[in-house]
Amino acid sequence: MEVRASAVDGRPVAGISGESIIQQIKASGIEFVVSVPDITTSEGLLRPLAAGTAPKLVRICKEDEGVAICAGLAHTQKRSLLLIQQTGLLDSINAIRGVAVEYSLPICMMVGLLEKEVGIRPRQSKRYGVRIVEPILDAMGIAYEEIEEQSDVAKIGPAIDRAYAQSKPIVMLIGQRPTAS
Amino acid sequence: MMKRDACLKSLSRHVTDDDIVLPVYSTAFDWLDIRPSPLNYTAHGAMGLASSHGLGLALGRPDKRVIVLDGDGSLLMNIGTLVTTAALAPKNFFHFVSENGTYEANGGHPTPGRGVVSFAGMARSAGYRNVYEFSDLKIFEQQVGAILAEEGPVFVALKVEPTGPQKRDYERIHGPGVRQAFKDALKAG
Repeated sequence: MEVRASAVDGRPVAGISGESIIQQIKASGIEFVVSVPDITTSEGLLRPLAAGTAPKLVRICKEDEGVAICAGLAHTQKRSLLLIQQTGLLDSINAIRGVAVEYSLPICMMVGLLEKEVGIRPRQSKRYGVRIVEPILDAMGIAYEEIEEQSDVAKIGPAIDRAYAQSKPIVMLIGQRPTAS
Repeated sequence: MMKRDACLKSLSRHVTDDDIVLPVYSTAFDWLDIRPSPLNYTAHGAMGLASSHGLGLALGRPDKRVIVLDGDGSLLMNIGTLVTTAALAPKNFFHFVSENGTYEANGGHPTPGRGVVSFAGMARSAGYRNVYEFSDLKIFEQQVGAILAEEGPVFVALKVEPTGPQKRDYERIHGPGVRQAFKDALKAG
């Protein structure tokens, strides 16, 4: 695995395999991926998912739609994953508040962090739109996992299982662009 | 122009115990009195999202008819839902919109584009398979049964009068009891 260092004094971190993330998604029983394209995960996750037949890809117009689609699916005992960018997460806060948090539903969100510097923790990012994400999730009482390098990928399956077991939302923050292989 | 509760009563005669119905706001309070059922799904979490909840239900349970009873103000908040739904084309999805030109649950203020916007036209342009618009109750009564027998996605715009003040107990539509009753009923059948 290629080791990348941030251009802004980040710690060196290994690259991350999109294929391994997709394996985690499939192994956790996700049947639907609901998505608005995100540049961080575009090539490594969304394009390979679009090329496959399972999980089924549902393309949506706006991220808050996706929160509700995932809720409807959860009621039918079907597992789904909302694949979006943090801008969409921020745009969907009221839907996440009402549907995922107040109704306590297992809405699983995989969120690419647009413009996050590789090797820099989200809270330490120089980008305002990145460093506010985790404090906002803390304020909302939503659990999250940082998926920054290959060793983090193993957190994905258990995080999804935990969300469904507890019927609570989970956010997986993708900290660098996964490779397609 | 029609009265909403008359339209809902007419529709209710063709709804079965197996159907999932998602009524919003003012329509929900009318519908719960007209046709109580544990498969009424009324907790949508945020304005505009009923059709998207319905789409998720329709994808997850293709064996069940999913009937969304939307409002024009709600649909305006999530207008992309027409495109998303038409692209996925679930055969079991029926989207009714009561057009009264007001945000009835928020003080009765007018919706933008009232009297100009064609929701049926937007649904047709989005790619809905079958699209209807009614402003005459007798014609709606004659056709609604056949419409519900069609292959979805189906969109029906109902031109209705504003209803005015209404007793609204939001616990009836958002409370944990109704949410659990829906979950249990859906799981059971």
